[in-house]
Amino acid sequence: MKSWLTTTDHKRIGLLYFWTAFGFFMIGGLEALIIRAQLVRPDGGLGVSAETFNQLFTMHGTTMVFLALMPLSAAFFNYIIPLQIGARDVAFPRLNAFSYWVFLLGGLFLNASFVAGPLFGADRLSVAPDAGWFGYANLTSRQFSPGPNVDFWLLGLQILGIASLAAGFNFVVTILNMRAPGMRMLRLPPFTWMTLITQFLVITAFPVITVALVLLMFDRFFGTHFFLPAGGGDPILWQHLFWMFGHPEVYILILPAMGIISEVLPTFSKKPLFGYTVVVYSGVVIAFLGWSVWSHHMFSTGLGPIADSVFAGTTMLIAIPTGVKIFNWIGTLWGGQIRFTTSLLFAVGFIAMFIIGGLSGVTHASAPSDLQQTDTYYVVAHIHYVLFGGTILGLFSGIYYWWPKMTGRFLSERMGKVHFWLTLIGMNLAFFPMHFSGLLGMPRRIYTYSADLGVARFNQLSTIGAFLIGIATLVFFWNLLRTRRRPSNAPANPWGGATLEWAISSPPPVYNFTVIPTVTSRLPLWQTERHAPMAPLPDRPPAPIHVPGGSWWPMITAFGLPIIAIGALAHLIPIVLAGAAVVIVGIYRWAYEPFEM
Amino acid sequence: MTHGSTHATSMGVDNRKMAFWAFIGSECLLFGSLIATYLVYKGRSLVGPYPHEILNIPFTSFSTFDLLMSSLAMVLALAAVQRGDMKQGKLWLFVTALLGLIFLGGQFWEFSHFVHEGLGLTTNLFGSTFYVLTGTHGAHVTVGVIWLLTLWIQALRGKLGPQNALTVEITGLYWHFVDVVWIVIFTVVYLIQ
Amino acid sequence: MLRGAVYFDAVPLVLALLLLFLTACSGQFPQSVFEPRSDFSTELAGLFTNIFWWAVGVFVIVETLLLIAIARYRARPGAAEPKPVHGHTALEIGWTLAPALILVFIAVPTMRTIFATAGQAPEGALRVEVIGHQWWWEYRYPTLNISAYNELHLPVATPIQVEMTSADVIHSFWVPRLGGKRDLIQGRTNRIAFRADSTGEYWGQCAEFCGASHANMRLRVFVQSDSAFQRWVDQERAAPATPAKGSPAEAGLQVFRRSACIGCHTIAGVAQGKIGPDLSHVGGRATIAGALFPNTSETLHRWIMNAPSLKPGALMPPQNLSPQDLDAVVAYLQSLK
Repeated sequence: MKSWLTTTDHKRIGLLYFWTAFGFFMIGGLEALIIRAQLVRPDGGLGVSAETFNQLFTMHGTTMVFLALMPLSAAFFNYIIPLQIGARDVAFPRLNAFSYWVFLLGGLFLNASFVAGPLFGADRLSVAPDAGWFGYANLTSRQFSPGPNVDFWLLGLQILGIASLAAGFNFVVTILNMRAPGMRMLRLPPFTWMTLITQFLVITAFPVITVALVLLMFDRFFGTHFFLPAGGGDPILWQHLFWMFGHPEVYILILPAMGIISEVLPTFSKKPLFGYTVVVYSGVVIAFLGWSVWSHHMFSTGLGPIADSVFAGTTMLIAIPTGVKIFNWIGTLWGGQIRFTTSLLFAVGFIAMFIIGGLSGVTHASAPSDLQQTDTYYVVAHIHYVLFGGTILGLFSGIYYWWPKMTGRFLSERMGKVHFWLTLIGMNLAFFPMHFSGLLGMPRRIYTYSADLGVARFNQLSTIGAFLIGIATLVFFWNLLRTRRRPSNAPANPWGGATLEWAISSPPPVYNFTVIPTVTSRLPLWQTERHAPMAPLPDRPPAPIHVPGGSWWPMITAFGLPIIAIGALAHLIPIVLAGAAVVIVGIYRWAYEPFEM
Repeated sequence: MTHGSTHATSMGVDNRKMAFWAFIGSECLLFGSLIATYLVYKGRSLVGPYPHEILNIPFTSFSTFDLLMSSLAMVLALAAVQRGDMKQGKLWLFVTALLGLIFLGGQFWEFSHFVHEGLGLTTNLFGSTFYVLTGTHGAHVTVGVIWLLTLWIQALRGKLGPQNALTVEITGLYWHFVDVVWIVIFTVVYLIQ
Repeated sequence: MLRGAVYFDAVPLVLALLLLFLTACSGQFPQSVFEPRSDFSTELAGLFTNIFWWAVGVFVIVETLLLIAIARYRARPGAAEPKPVHGHTALEIGWTLAPALILVFIAVPTMRTIFATAGQAPEGALRVEVIGHQWWWEYRYPTLNISAYNELHLPVATPIQVEMTSADVIHSFWVPRLGGKRDLIQGRTNRIAFRADSTGEYWGQCAEFCGASHANMRLRVFVQSDSAFQRWVDQERAAPATPAKGSPAEAGLQVFRRSACIGCHTIAGVAQGKIGPDLSHVGGRATIAGALFPNTSETLHRWIMNAPSLKPGALMPPQNLSPQDLDAVVAYLQSLK
């Protein structure tokens, strides 16, 4: 137990990230199921109140983005990246532990709002955030959201931002600086490349939302008017700041999954990734363009025809590198020897579904067309084809692919296939009809809709689909749990992968590599025209390898942050100061603690 | 801060230094967003006091000069530590921190003077954007001063030597960055009214 | 081995067909974007259709390629190792240019439509100001000197210049069959322009999340012939009806006068409250409570007794009226044609 609390081993931290994020994924999924159950009937549904519904969709979005998808990707960053680049750990193991603890505590802080009502004298149990995951001003002002709900949200997101930023710096340095000899940038595995791009987006996008949240905090706590027209402020500034973060965030969510399937497809078709450099550079281009499209979320705010044209244009441009990636993935499959493992099924599912999400995205890019689609269920369909059909299928593909590496145990392929087909059918049943609900006039974020709109049947299909996804996820969960009782018999390279993580045992020893490998090709474990496979590493390290011990200070420092947030929430300065003291003492002890790498 | 640059790294730059550059890149976006907010709301205050009525350019020019001199002191401190001259190192670390403190004192005086003149945090958009922007910068200077004093105390206790040159260098990176940000803020807020 | 592979896209394709079928033979869709009834909405529907068919084309080609790949290249025991192809420059250039070309065909009509629907009506258009409130709509006709609430009346075949703003949080005015949505933002004025091409009743609702009763912020637009519109204008301009002596409505007027009603509602000559909608002609409306319920005696009763239970967050508190007083107030309100 103590060794898990103090661990600085990237592999353990990766597992912690995985299980924590998966737990939040289940919570977010449960919220979605309640939302879908409510909408199964028009005119009042199953009786979920408007207030509860608004909390549910706010928390569903916030949870899935910040507490499930990002940290599930982070689980792979942690576990896999050091192995893929041939390193013993990340650049800053303690900072890595700190990121995890901050993420966990931030997530718990946000979710504590579900039961914190009595502490704030509210007449209901839950005071969860209820202004949407996008928190548009001026609905978030004290005037229109007097309770602690939005405070939980803005403080929770600031905590989580710290976790993401710390991890961002860590992985940028790890990937750039900790590569094994010979691992040149254009030999990095595509997953590592996409992670690097993602982390650059994290460290540039998160400061922007931090500023937005700080300004909102000043409005709510100190009475400024940054987003309040009453004092000359402009609610639209919030939207600009939020989406300047929010659109890169979309790529933060999708690029790691793109990286995963760029590993899975070559392995299971026994062919190198088609157009490796093009895939890498198109990722870079997507990240750059991702910074120039934010206002396409704001076409209905009346930006004027010039701005509309510019942002429609840049958004359409992004379709090009995205399309190029898809063609390269198909090119990878083409002419291969495809083994239909669960991991590959999910990867192919990613491509098939992401195409749909991408194409509906083009209809959004067209600003006038978007005026009929934005804020309707059509957008809900689009984001779920991209984030569920894309990111989540990609993450599942990665889990089936790397689970034997991470635990030494295989997931059941049979249950995996049940999981896959249920998920694929469920998601299409859930999200495809939403295109119709939306275009037939159903706005999003509504707890009830008129039977006269004629969209009840589409909603029923969506609800059935959502519950199928729920069942599929339970199958998956059971599959995960049962591996604990399975023999630890995974070989080092069960799938015949080409990258370095497959060169060492499953799970890897604490020091990862007995000898740091020297890399001479992009596919070190494969025979290619010019390169023989890397010689196997020795079974034992030739000399004892020093592994840093654990540290309490990352966790203790992390605890200071929610204490500060609780103090702010309760308007109690002494608690804020106490939290700050914990952080300061933690940092000093951390800095002056002997910790050898 | 106990380990030096013992690791062989792919890019030939120490991990901590590289992380710091990444951090500074991130900070640029932070200050960029704040400065953008200031510029968006420039001239949109509904009531006074307005910038031209209240900003004291000669005084702040002195503060700016003070901060610039602290950067010079920082350079001297680093050079001294690198060549192992800890006597000079101690001196210049302290001078840097002291100049930082003088800047903070100036900011404190400026803020209380403005409040006295009727410009509070919530008075108008100018007040809100001004205090949040310069306050964030001031918070960065405060962190820098605490950091410098920590190094200085370490040095007094004989625990800081040439082996810690990298630590001092990173402190310097931070300090120079905070200084450069101030030049931008000074230009945007004070000079271009 | 096409069998296994086909399932991949069979799922969405079968669904699409099923849903198209459902759509075609289901009843009415009062908020459908596919039945445009104005120049604005017709432009948008045309643009969407244009992009939609490009998307269908791309979808079919790319998914077919994917299906062929996974069907043809299934691993077979004893097959030779695949050729380690690393890429193909001409192909890369080709599949970069192809989407770029298609996007040109989408971008050009997009830009054209952006400028065609920029929200500026021709000279002489009827100006309507829309003001969003949590959770109801206020419409002002500055040139006609009248106002309307939740139900917007417009003359057919007349250019309309809509100018919108909000009294509180951001709302979005959306009547799909008449045009795309536009946000109502406090401190800003946004514009749309359109010309309805046929008379009828059009539905809409708020499309930007605006708090507890966002779902209940609905609206109706009545596009009328010129003469019908003029009749409505005349009726709105007239002073509210005065109930006959001794009628139940007259008793209701007295109840209205001494109740909390006057704090929030205006009835010309009776009360000047500004918090809720003006009730001077409430009896003439088809709906109440933000177009949420039909305007009937029964719904008025329920609404006055306990508005927040019907519309969460509604500012109108439950009214503690005796059954007789309630009947009287309802009678009075219904008399205000």
